[in-house]
Amino acid sequence: MAVRIGVYICHCGTNIAGKVDIAKVVEFAKGLENVSLVKDYKFMCSDPGQALLQKDVEDGLIDRVVVASCSPLMHENTFRKATERGGLNPYLFTMANIREQCSWVHIDSGQTTDKAKDLIAAAVRRAFLLEPLTKREVPINPRTVVIGGGIAGIQAALDLAEAGKKVVLVEREPSIGGHMSKFDKTFPTLDCSACILTPRMVSVGQHANIELMTYSEVEEVSGFVGNFNIRVRKKARYVDSELCNGCGACWEKCPGTRVPRKGNVHEKLSLGPTTPIYMPFMQAVPAIPVIDTETCLYFKDDKHACGLCAKECERGAIDYEMKDEIVEFEVGNIIIATGFQTFDPSVIKRYGYGEIENVMTALEFEIMNCASGSTGGKILKADGGVPGSIGIIHCVGSRDKHYHDYCSRVCCMYSLKYSHLIKEKTDAEVYEFYIDMRCFGKGYEEFYDRLLTEDVRFVRGKVAEVTDVPTCKAEEGKLIVKVEDTLIGNVRRIPLDMVILSTGLEGHATLREIAKKCSVSVGQDGFLIEKHPKLGPVSTATDGVFIAGACQSPKDIPDTVAQASAASSAVLSMITREKIEIESATAEVDEDKCSGCKLCNTLCPYLAVKFDEEKGVSVVNQALCKGCGTCVAGCPSGAISAKHFEDRQIFAEIEGIFSGL
Amino acid sequence: MKYTYYPGCSVRATANIYQDSIDAIAPALGVELEELDDWNCCGATAYMSVRELMSFAISARNLALAEKYHRDLVTPCSACYLVLNKTNHYFNDYPEMRKKLGQALEAGGLSYSGNINVRHILDVVINDVGTEKIASLVKKKLKGLKVAPYYGCQIVRPEMGFDDPDDPKSMDILIDALGAETVKYSLKTKCCGASLMGTEEKMALKLCRELLADAERNGAHCIITLCPLCQMNLDIYQSKVNSLFKTKFKIPVIYFTQLIGLAMGVKPEKLGMKRLGVKVSGEMKRIIEGA
Repeated sequence: MAVRIGVYICHCGTNIAGKVDIAKVVEFAKGLENVSLVKDYKFMCSDPGQALLQKDVEDGLIDRVVVASCSPLMHENTFRKATERGGLNPYLFTMANIREQCSWVHIDSGQTTDKAKDLIAAAVRRAFLLEPLTKREVPINPRTVVIGGGIAGIQAALDLAEAGKKVVLVEREPSIGGHMSKFDKTFPTLDCSACILTPRMVSVGQHANIELMTYSEVEEVSGFVGNFNIRVRKKARYVDSELCNGCGACWEKCPGTRVPRKGNVHEKLSLGPTTPIYMPFMQAVPAIPVIDTETCLYFKDDKHACGLCAKECERGAIDYEMKDEIVEFEVGNIIIATGFQTFDPSVIKRYGYGEIENVMTALEFEIMNCASGSTGGKILKADGGVPGSIGIIHCVGSRDKHYHDYCSRVCCMYSLKYSHLIKEKTDAEVYEFYIDMRCFGKGYEEFYDRLLTEDVRFVRGKVAEVTDVPTCKAEEGKLIVKVEDTLIGNVRRIPLDMVILSTGLEGHATLREIAKKCSVSVGQDGFLIEKHPKLGPVSTATDGVFIAGACQSPKDIPDTVAQASAASSAVLSMITREKIEIESATAEVDEDKCSGCKLCNTLCPYLAVKFDEEKGVSVVNQALCKGCGTCVAGCPSGAISAKHFEDRQIFAEIEGIFSGL
Repeated sequence: MKYTYYPGCSVRATANIYQDSIDAIAPALGVELEELDDWNCCGATAYMSVRELMSFAISARNLALAEKYHRDLVTPCSACYLVLNKTNHYFNDYPEMRKKLGQALEAGGLSYSGNINVRHILDVVINDVGTEKIASLVKKKLKGLKVAPYYGCQIVRPEMGFDDPDDPKSMDILIDALGAETVKYSLKTKCCGASLMGTEEKMALKLCRELLADAERNGAHCIITLCPLCQMNLDIYQSKVNSLFKTKFKIPVIYFTQLIGLAMGVKPEKLGMKRLGVKVSGEMKRIIEGA
């Protein structure tokens, strides 16, 4: 039976019709082999546009569909569905991109019309060779793993658990809580961070549906959407969590230290005990200490002479022989919420961090402000004195082409919060050195307005340097901030007692590793790439892998929590479906041709090609394969073919392109 | 190791002690410097902001002359280093400028393809000769000599690639290799006042005072430098700084090549040490003579 192809040409308003002579293209398409009908319409993606082709299919007028319009990324799915509703296999539809690849990118309208013709000729030839493919479905395991136990991971885990779904929460550190647990107050409301976070941490620890794995790291992720296999390394805490009741007798008697013994106030900053056996902070969940083997005297000394904590522990919970434990489990979906780390300012030599005393990072200042921290929330100089003047330098590592181009979004606001806290706790003069004040969130601008009335000096200008070299009496013994005050048009030298560097946010050091394990891409900015910057902010290019919080971009707490809830609701929608349709256009290995060189195994970005040792050939896991074609192009034996993108289909397309010559 | 040598005007006049010390140590370091025949003024840094094309053309003539030797072009002067590199950059990265400069050179019967690598002699000493070799040549231990390494502004900025623009370390490493002690010197890349000494003298003297004060504060016996202009401002004008600001600085400011020579046991007069504005005295004299 002859093939009957229907060609539908979209005007896209004037997007296409303004540059392409539609009437000429329609005439041209009518003359192509196997084309039974050609229609054009203002907006093919609109309801009447879709109905147009659907009806022609229903009426049996055509059995292949070509739509010449925009990029397949935009509307391939739309037209596939319309084709299917008409009663045809959706893979018998193909698209010619005459917008992004034609009308939008060329100036001469004569050329655009010719190019549109070529692209349609190519699509028609391809359509002739299309084969129906069957849809495939896989079941979805209702359990989810959340990687990262900061506020993002906590929120996502609680949302899922409250909905009655099982969650495994894996956290790298000894306690959940993340960065938020280090803050004293949160902007702009100035509510106590611990007061709002701690109840949620406790809920995570107690929830029947949440299995908490702290001090643990994801080692390997295998499988595919609905059916992931997760391998986790539970690092040895050297404290038995079943026996320990968190009484604290161990660290109270511990003779060692994790901070410099003779260090100054700033070097000794800590939220919890500074001993080698320690709890990261008092509200830790789980409330079980851990031993830092780098500084523990027992581990340092071959004879294991110390052992004091084991003697002190009434419950016998200390176990120096404890080993790392590997745990494996299955989940249906993954939420990555690994958060951020702050920029290391020591690389900006001009700011003197690590070289000059009393230059500190924002995070260190947070810890100093924490009521439960080593200074009891007092703002102190390195020598323990009270500072009479403090400068806060914005955009350290952010909005700087040498480090990070992007704005870290939270620094302006936390800097304002610092000014407020300093004014509240001390009589110090406060300077904010800023480039622009970016107070974009709810209540943020109002907070800035409030600070303007709190006697804080705002200096607009990027700080050139922080130095301890004085040029006059008034500067002696001070830190001098050298800055161009762009509002008065002068270079100023401002002597201060303390300088806080408002360091930007960057993806955590382990982010690339996690991203690779989960087949998610990392962008140029060092953060995870979401599926769509506007319309797919929590999903990724890999089905079943979702992202939340600062691993995707710098975020404040409200945005992080919102994204975490969005990610958990996306996961819930997956779980509720119970089954998921997966890509039909996948790659296949011809076992007779495969030489077993394994090249494709390493090429596959989705880790979908594995080697079958028994048969000596590579095999594509159909559930994992995205049909990207990398292995097809890479195979030196030509043994791999991609369904829907077979060689003969592609060659026919190329012939079509050149048919106009 | 053979290089084409571009001395620049300073080392043949005000900074001839720099040239003397280079001549005194180069053979031992295995560095052969063949002077570029018929070289002319680099155009100096100020000229570029006045007459762009003319200054680049003057500078490019040297590069064109150097090209036939297929060797790196080495200069001891920071200003020459900056200007010649900048010319290279404009020639290679701006097609319009390349065209015009090509025409200018052609009028003089020359051509340039843009392939000359311009290097500072410090770069050659540290990265080609290497501190290991330098350490092996040390005959006089400079133990106890506290040295402030002063790089000035032109050697590392804009980013030239051979050292960190904010915190250069080449001379710090060199001082260690010679057995002396590097003192903390956070003003190591700050401006000495440069040619402002001729126009805005007070301003320049103030900048010099800060550099000298920080060296003294950090306990330096001497400052080492790599730039003829920096050396002149800090050394020759030190007495003027003292009389203007009522200070009592007596800090010798010497070239890094002189320090290498001293450590190698070269006689001080061969290194031009006698012709310094601020003579070596006190602790430094004791260490150099005693060792």
